[in-house]
Amino acid sequence: MKLKIPGVPSPTRLRRYAPGQPLVDGPVLVGGAPGGKLRDPICEILGRAGASVGESPSAVAEPSRWSAIIFDATGITDIAGLLALHAFTAPAFRNLRPSGRLIVLGTPPEDCPQPKAAAAQRALDGFIRSAGKEARLGSTANLIDIAGGAEDAIESTLRFFLSGRSAYISGQVIRLTPATPMPTPDWDHPLRDRVAVVTGAARGIGAAIAETLSRDGAQVIVLDVPAQGAALAEVANSVGAIAFQIDITAEDAPARLATYLKDRYGAVDVFVHNAGITRDRSLVNMPAEQWSSVLAVNLGAQLRINEALLDQNVLRPGGRVICISSTSGIAGNRGQTNYAASKAGIIGMVQALAPVMAKGDMTINAVAPGFIETAMTKAMPFATREIGRRINSLNQGGLPVDVAETVAWLGQPGTAGVNGQVIRVCGQSILGA
Amino acid sequence: MADLRPAAIMGGNRIPFARANGPYARASNQDMLTAALDGLVARFGLQNARLGEVAAGAVLKHSRDFNLTREAVLGARLSPWTPAYDVQQACGTGLETTIHVANKIALGQIESGIAAGVDTASDAPIAVNEDLRRVLLQVNRAKSLPQRLALLRKLRPTQVIPETPRNAEPRTGMSMGEHAAITAREWGITREEQDQFAVSSHLHLAAAWKRGFFDDLVTPYLGLQQDQNMRPDASMESLARLKPVFGKDGTATMTAGNSTPLSDGASAVLLSTDEWANERRLPILTHLIDAETAAVDYVHGGEGLLMAPVYAVPRLLERNKLALQDFDFYEIHEAFASTVLATLKAWEDPSYCKEHLGLSKPLGPIDRARLNVNGSSLAVGHPFAATGGRIVTTLAKLLAQKGSGRGLISICAAGGQGVVAILEAA
Repeated sequence: MKLKIPGVPSPTRLRRYAPGQPLVDGPVLVGGAPGGKLRDPICEILGRAGASVGESPSAVAEPSRWSAIIFDATGITDIAGLLALHAFTAPAFRNLRPSGRLIVLGTPPEDCPQPKAAAAQRALDGFIRSAGKEARLGSTANLIDIAGGAEDAIESTLRFFLSGRSAYISGQVIRLTPATPMPTPDWDHPLRDRVAVVTGAARGIGAAIAETLSRDGAQVIVLDVPAQGAALAEVANSVGAIAFQIDITAEDAPARLATYLKDRYGAVDVFVHNAGITRDRSLVNMPAEQWSSVLAVNLGAQLRINEALLDQNVLRPGGRVICISSTSGIAGNRGQTNYAASKAGIIGMVQALAPVMAKGDMTINAVAPGFIETAMTKAMPFATREIGRRINSLNQGGLPVDVAETVAWLGQPGTAGVNGQVIRVCGQSILGA
Repeated sequence: MADLRPAAIMGGNRIPFARANGPYARASNQDMLTAALDGLVARFGLQNARLGEVAAGAVLKHSRDFNLTREAVLGARLSPWTPAYDVQQACGTGLETTIHVANKIALGQIESGIAAGVDTASDAPIAVNEDLRRVLLQVNRAKSLPQRLALLRKLRPTQVIPETPRNAEPRTGMSMGEHAAITAREWGITREEQDQFAVSSHLHLAAAWKRGFFDDLVTPYLGLQQDQNMRPDASMESLARLKPVFGKDGTATMTAGNSTPLSDGASAVLLSTDEWANERRLPILTHLIDAETAAVDYVHGGEGLLMAPVYAVPRLLERNKLALQDFDFYEIHEAFASTVLATLKAWEDPSYCKEHLGLSKPLGPIDRARLNVNGSSLAVGHPFAATGGRIVTTLAKLLAQKGSGRGLISICAAGGQGVVAILEAA
């Protein structure tokens, strides 16, 4: 996996979260443009997390000074205001530690009535995407747009993007909408007392999701088809989860699942739709059954299960549904008309269900992994695999745990403000960017 | 002593049953039992749980496996602080362990437990030749070198021939099939009846697999996902082609198709008090209401080897004030198709019921549509000690799906024994 190719730089080892690890591994530089009101809440959050805060960027080169740079750009209303962003981040950016973070907080452009304000806020989007490409040594750059009224809901998201949990996410824009987050008493176990279900959990990304949710304190129920039962039981026993063998495409599966979950748990807090299959063929050679089976497993089952979860009140208030999509569903991929259709369909479903979920104080989001090192990618031809790994800002493939950490963040009781979104875990892949 | 409280059954787990020398040929009893326990642990979230006890056993057992169940518990994901012991009652073992654990729960001695069973006909114990063993033991006891040398001179080439276990009764030298063939002839059980019964066992089992009945009862093992012996395409024509293997020529009716094959497998059942289950929100499928064991004198010709359940059931019914017809499901272990058919005929026969069972009137017929509705040992296979657990969990789920009623389990065993029990929907 760690093959060295002459002339190609070897990728930086990313700082990933391990239990007990501090939120950041050095001081955090916090600044903002006039008119922003988030500096104090940010400093409070950093203080609670035990991080030290610096306020002025040094003009001289001090490599590895900052673990993160946070800039509150919510007050920027015109082009002139953007100068403050440049003045603050330009000198500090070179002083980021490896796996450092540049986080800009903005206002959603569509919430700005003035065209010049909307333009200035949308400018942040291009800025962060370019900064992500310039970032070195495993550092990332992300923009969090905070709608009016969502200021109280930033903690879980800010912590996520500061921490090693977001190692493989860069160049993304995350939107926080007004919502009342439920309290998180223990940030080392943010999912304590939550009940979480993961489909397709016998191996790969699903197994990593189960492990991560369990590590964060959730009681996890892992699902897979009966044929995968042996591997599923092993996953369950190694992470302290409960195995439930079910073919989610079966006619009676949604009803059986809902009954099982209600009988055993009353209701659940987190439901992760991870199960998916690929049946790759070029469009002209694709038989109808390969088309249909991929759509049935990857999309049809999710739709039917979500319907059952909502109709039968299987999700508790504060419930979180997380659907695994794919960058293939955003950018398309040769030989994957069926797969990409199913994964794009997931995004449509998530966006349509988000307002419905919000009414019940719940959220639904999609996670779109890019190139993730799994048994599936291991089977790719060498050149295809090597290109897939490298065509992103972090110059490497992601790990299943990177997807799992993103799912865990979206599943947190505090992540109430993220709803109806697609979070790409792709290292800022150039595909579909 | 606390009031009696019938033990609750929450479910179980087994590995798919395999034909001997098939996919589990290299798996030991301990491997398979551990796998069955681990699947149960995963299904019910029992990782590191300290249970009241685990009772299990095997019929074909190596001498090194003197503590088979405890060793399996130590290798499984249960708490190593969970006590365990072995039980051995031939094919009755799996049901007998269930009764043991249920009784302790009923008496208030334990809160929870697992009853299990395992058998391998592939990895069977092979013993040292008996003559050789005696000589070696004498050598061990000898006090001087000359004595030892004198004893070693007694060794003979024939003593290298090992002893392999045989599926035969020690007191009659006849195999179980030969015993069953006598009973089949006595009761006039025809080849057609037996074949028809075997076909329906396969078709019932295949239908149950198809509709997902076993999704939460079985965990695949070593690549096997369904019971290997199952023939979804079984037919009278295919069975008619088989030659009889038990009984005398001419009158012989029993073939490999209407007898159970030698099999490998393991099963486990989770039992507890209602409180223990409720605290963990584990839905209770059924309660074990009562059980009875009987033995018959097959040695001196008084009764057929596998007819003991015929005696156990009326005693159990009498004690529970029930008629044979008061059940929604009957699970009669299919050692041989003829065994089940002879059992049913005996219960319908007025003079037999009077003379042998001491009943003023026969128990009468049962509704055949309620018998082994999801197939039984003829199709699933029969790893001896694992059959009881398979039947208990299958019946428990059937009753839970129906939501009411009761079921009767009847299992015949070597040595002229029979174990029977009643389950009631929770």
